[in-house]
Amino acid sequence: MPDIKIRAKLSGDETTVKCLMSHAMETGLRKDSKTGEKIPAHFIQEVVCKHKDEVVMTASWSGGVSKNPYLSFKIKGAAAGDPIEIAWTDNKGESASATAEIS
Amino acid sequence: MIDAKRRTLLKGSLAAGSVGAAIGAGLLTPQLALAEWNEAAFTAKDIPAALNDLLGGDSAETTDKIKIKAPDIAENGAVVPVTVETDMEGVTSIAIIAAKNQTPLIAAFDLSETALPFVSTRIKMAETADVVAVVKAGDKLYQNAKNVKVTIGGCGG
Repeated sequence: MPDIKIRAKLSGDETTVKCLMSHAMETGLRKDSKTGEKIPAHFIQEVVCKHKDEVVMTASWSGGVSKNPYLSFKIKGAAAGDPIEIAWTDNKGESASATAEIS
Repeated sequence: MIDAKRRTLLKGSLAAGSVGAAIGAGLLTPQLALAEWNEAAFTAKDIPAALNDLLGGDSAETTDKIKIKAPDIAENGAVVPVTVETDMEGVTSIAIIAAKNQTPLIAAFDLSETALPFVSTRIKMAETADVVAVVKAGDKLYQNAKNVKVTIGGCGG
């Protein structure tokens, strides 16, 4: 199930955003231990992070990011209650997004 | 220098035709122009190729202004926490590389002016290797590295 957990906390002028996404993050290099066949690649390629509808960070990933990716970044000039939106798209074109308020 | 100016110009104009032409001419990497997933960079088998595709150059000055936080020894290569932080001005992009992975480029982060030069994530490492962070500030590339010993690789099967 696509799922994103976001926590955004304001401290002084800095807001620290932490998020966890559930995703298999298959590199395409791994083999199934029973059949010996390669497990097809399935990983998040792009994560777009927005603060009040403005893109603050774009992350591009390979399958080298761990399963159920964790991502943290910091922004300045945000206020408590502002919305933070995180959206990802994977190599199969699947996507998910979530929004949280800065606390 | 010229490339950087062009990039700003093109970004502003958003004329798809001219962006496409510029990509074709090798002046722009798709990553920076349109934030599309940069297949060439992420499938590159060595670091210089990945950096050329991603950032348009592979000569980066080593600096200890880039702080890489990662464990000295990672028992499980499938989950290696990495944090990259710097106090440099004008950082527009941060890339994380695991030097000995089959495709070394793991993640690239494009930062707006609102974002601080800080990123933290968890990566897979195939074997003991340097974790390299490449930071783009202004028109220059900077890098730093930290060795991480991996007991059990995280990419095999």
